[in-house]
Amino acid sequence: MNMNVVRSIQPVVNSISSRLFSTSTCLQEIRKMARMRVVDNSSLGKAARVSGQPARVIHVYTKNGVATLGDKVLVAVKGQKKKAFIVGVKQKQKAKIPRFDTNNIVLIEDNGAPIGNKITVPLPSLLRKKEGDITKVMPLANRFV
Amino acid sequence: MPKRLSLKPEEVEKYRKSKLIDHPDVPVAEKTQRETVPADYRFVFPEFLPDPEYDRRDRVRERLERDDMYRRRMVIEIPEFYVGSIMAVTIADEQTPSKESRFVGICIDRGGIGLRAFFILRNVVDGLGVEIMYEMYDPTVLSIETLLLEKRLDNHLYYLRDAPPEYSTFSFDTEAIPIPKGTAIPVNPLKVKLNPRPWLERWERQDLKGIQELNLPQKFYDRAEIHAEKPWQKHDLMKQYRSNINADDTEQVMKEVHQRKKAIDRENTRRRKEAIFKNKK
Repeated sequence: MNMNVVRSIQPVVNSISSRLFSTSTCLQEIRKMARMRVVDNSSLGKAARVSGQPARVIHVYTKNGVATLGDKVLVAVKGQKKKAFIVGVKQKQKAKIPRFDTNNIVLIEDNGAPIGNKITVPLPSLLRKKEGDITKVMPLANRFV
Repeated sequence: MPKRLSLKPEEVEKYRKSKLIDHPDVPVAEKTQRETVPADYRFVFPEFLPDPEYDRRDRVRERLERDDMYRRRMVIEIPEFYVGSIMAVTIADEQTPSKESRFVGICIDRGGIGLRAFFILRNVVDGLGVEIMYEMYDPTVLSIETLLLEKRLDNHLYYLRDAPPEYSTFSFDTEAIPIPKGTAIPVNPLKVKLNPRPWLERWERQDLKGIQELNLPQKFYDRAEIHAEKPWQKHDLMKQYRSNINADDTEQVMKEVHQRKKAIDRENTRRRKEAIFKNKK
């Protein structure tokens, strides 16, 4: 395009259309394709951490497709499909519920038993009142906040 | 009835040789009411000030909320603290075996008005950054302690999320360091060295005093200058008026706080003495 034309329409473009990309901070929601940090000592999780290819959420087992603390997700780790529980989130939380610097997961088998046998980071205390398979993950933690 | 000649007390006061308030017959209670309120109260008790947003104001609700806040302060001691202070909070937690949980961290932000006042504590636990927001007047909060009373150079410390963990690591066994009464609150002049980009926010666009030189390419500072506050905006009187509570309202609220604080302080010292007595037993 002619440079003069560009110069003449530039102020119009600036005044009418704002930027075409969003500059607001993201919501930090855990949806499909969200990258997660595996915090148990399973060899699969360690391999994902070392290789720099974090586990990716490929399905969320909730009605609205957004996962939060204590929800179950399906993740892709090192070419494998594994189920996992979310044990720490980055998103803003209500009063007294901890917010972490990373989105943390603990890998589990299809039958609900955890793959690793130790969790290296603190877990939020409110997970202890959850029922179901996540109770099998709780004994692996060494600290709650 | 004949019309009485009424003289206002202020008018009479003009012709008195000495002030009526200094007269020995005036009760002591009335004299103490005229005490001046310390000027720093609006920084020590910011949550008592009403919302500067005029549409959200409701004087009856504000007063009822303040009454509830005084009542809560009679039950637990809510100490003076600022952004940058190291604090410990114990809450009732039915999930833990001891039925309570304690968290220690640096206060990275405080805010909220009235009963919704909150503060956020940050710490690094087992190498992972943890932040917990607490509401100051939450009935499940069992105790709030200020372990180290100090200020930092900024109004918030959210940039600690993009700083190395040593800047926000605090031991849970930290012991309280009391500062002598009447001394000014120390300001920690620490300048934080941030990690290299990418960051969670564009820190170069915020007027932050507590971070070291960022060493970014010039284009970042050029953009920051475009988005920065215009030089005349800080002298915009109308803007200041809209975003602050006016001096009259502040004085009225702080006078009330000052009066109610005496009973609260008395209750706190009684409770502290009781605790010492119990420990001795």
